[in-house]
Amino acid sequence: MSAQQPTTSEAYQAVQSSEEFQTLRKKFRGFVFPVTAFFLVWYFLYVLLSIFAQDFMNRFLFGKITIGLVFGFLQFLTTFAITFIYARWANRELDPLADAIGSRLDGVKEH
Amino acid sequence: MAALTSLAAATTVGNAKLNIAIFVIFVLVTLTVVVKVASGKKTAEQYYTAGGAFSGRQNGIAIAGDYLSAASFLGIAGAIALQGMDGFLYSIGFLVAWLVALLLVAELMRNTGRFTMADVLSYRLKQRPVRIATSVSVLCVSLFYLLAQMAGAGGLVSLLLGVSGETAQNLVIAVVGAVMVTYVLIGGMKGTTWVQIIKAVLLISAAAIMTVWVLGKYGFSLSGLFTDSVDVAKTSTNPKTAAGAENLLHYGTKYGVTTLAKIDFISLSMALVLGTAGLPHVLQRFYTVPTSKAARKSVEWAIWLIGGFYLLTLVIGFGAGALVGPDAINAAPGKQNSAAPLLAFELGGSWMLGIVSGIAFATILAVVAGLTITASATFAHDLYKEVFKRGQSTQEQEVRIARISAIAIGLVAIFGGMLAKSQNIAFLVALAFAVAASANLPTILYSLFWKRFNTRGALWSIYGGLIASIGLIIFSPVVSGKAADPKTGLSPSMVTNPDIDFHWFPLDNPGLVSIPLAFFLGWLGTVTSKEFDAEKYAEMEVRSLTGHGVAKALEH
Repeated sequence: MSAQQPTTSEAYQAVQSSEEFQTLRKKFRGFVFPVTAFFLVWYFLYVLLSIFAQDFMNRFLFGKITIGLVFGFLQFLTTFAITFIYARWANRELDPLADAIGSRLDGVKEH
Repeated sequence: MAALTSLAAATTVGNAKLNIAIFVIFVLVTLTVVVKVASGKKTAEQYYTAGGAFSGRQNGIAIAGDYLSAASFLGIAGAIALQGMDGFLYSIGFLVAWLVALLLVAELMRNTGRFTMADVLSYRLKQRPVRIATSVSVLCVSLFYLLAQMAGAGGLVSLLLGVSGETAQNLVIAVVGAVMVTYVLIGGMKGTTWVQIIKAVLLISAAAIMTVWVLGKYGFSLSGLFTDSVDVAKTSTNPKTAAGAENLLHYGTKYGVTTLAKIDFISLSMALVLGTAGLPHVLQRFYTVPTSKAARKSVEWAIWLIGGFYLLTLVIGFGAGALVGPDAINAAPGKQNSAAPLLAFELGGSWMLGIVSGIAFATILAVVAGLTITASATFAHDLYKEVFKRGQSTQEQEVRIARISAIAIGLVAIFGGMLAKSQNIAFLVALAFAVAASANLPTILYSLFWKRFNTRGALWSIYGGLIASIGLIIFSPVVSGKAADPKTGLSPSMVTNPDIDFHWFPLDNPGLVSIPLAFFLGWLGTVTSKEFDAEKYAEMEVRSLTGHGVAKALEH
């Protein structure tokens, strides 16, 4: 690998404007931006409810388990679920695209 | 967390000699591991990132070891024991924060940087000013975090070794600092990572055992545990605790009383959820794996372990409330920080107490070693090599500077720890998160995701966020002006004299103001400057998303 020439900035700019790269970028942002918005809204909803809607959060659902506790557990659940789904999705959808572009870049330099 | 000192009360219930033995065994075992893994030549790569040779899973466990500080274990368990659900709120913020790292930061950082956070931030901007600004903020965050850990170490180890008194505590802090510097000098990042892995496994195992033990006593009924902890609190000799017993299961005992307290909690939540992905010692860990795929796997593992651990602390906290009781916890010198060790004693006697205290100590050592590596990398790689020598220095020089810095940081940590040992540890940690969320995260996100972002935006955001967060804290009730405790006549603020009051910012945590301000300044600085480097931007963006060039970077 050390024998390779450094990739030229023209090559990077060409890749950046290529359709494949735009697709990769769009896919990545199309997933992470909405999911980030979702978990931030969901988390702050929990925070706000637990300080401004205590009557609701402190209601017992069954035994000594309150709605607020269930809400808290749901935060764990969504965090775990997002982690699981994102990792599977990225392994399947992002990595092949990224690897293809990366190896093409190495090819570009050699011609 | 000043409560760690309170643990000293537990020496009367535990066995100091046993604690010393467990502590010495831990140090010997980890030192052996550090010496064993440290073979081979010491390149800058090895010292900063262990050559990027860890697997995603190993790194994920090490991240959990790095992140689950003594504040998490002792502080959160104690907060849940005494304040119930409000303590639980804390841990959720610390966990959800990892999604920012997973989705937005970890992989892209791994792909664009090599050794430090500044590598990424200065990639397409003007090297020197951005590196200097980033270094200043990295050092501030690391210093606050470091002082918190050292202050905790003093109290905890005094308990472990059964020593008390100013001189003895200072001696203990010096020993902790010396052991930590030894780890870092001998083992570099590789040795430090293994110490963190060992510690994470021990900590999570001990928490799991305690959880099963507690739940076993209640027929594995969470509801039964809750009922009992409320019943125990009702019998408290403190009328306030007894009257508020039911509130253990309710939100709002601590943060819901006044509107100001509510807003303060929103501010804290913001700092927690946005601070994690801006903590330099956490970011540095992503460079210890070879690819972005491994970085993703690291965060995946970290989230499972950290989330699982916080679920365990819920049971441990309520278990301490039910089995030890709020009166006994409050009577212990460390108050709420002694809840988990007292529960360990209640469950398994002095052996269990010794093991749990030993693990809490290991926790501090591992976190402190990680912080030292990060801070010394900033000195050697960013300030010495890139700024001072303008990139013209040899590997040997750089590593030598890194080692000298590690020793210097060790000394700062030791003397700072001696001065800070009476400070509230949770406050120092919250401060580190607030500064990280204000000074680091906006620039990280902008430089990874905003094409137009430029040097002026970065400098305004970093310095603005840094000055705003630290400045607001100085003029907050944390530093001066909290109403005096009628019993002692002292203010719970950092300045304990109630007559000195220069606070004008009403909140304890500055995040609500300083984080949006830093984002705004980053935007404003950017749009008022014309600078844009299309070539570097193309290179950075392509690399960040494809990982191109990472393997090559590892070879030189």
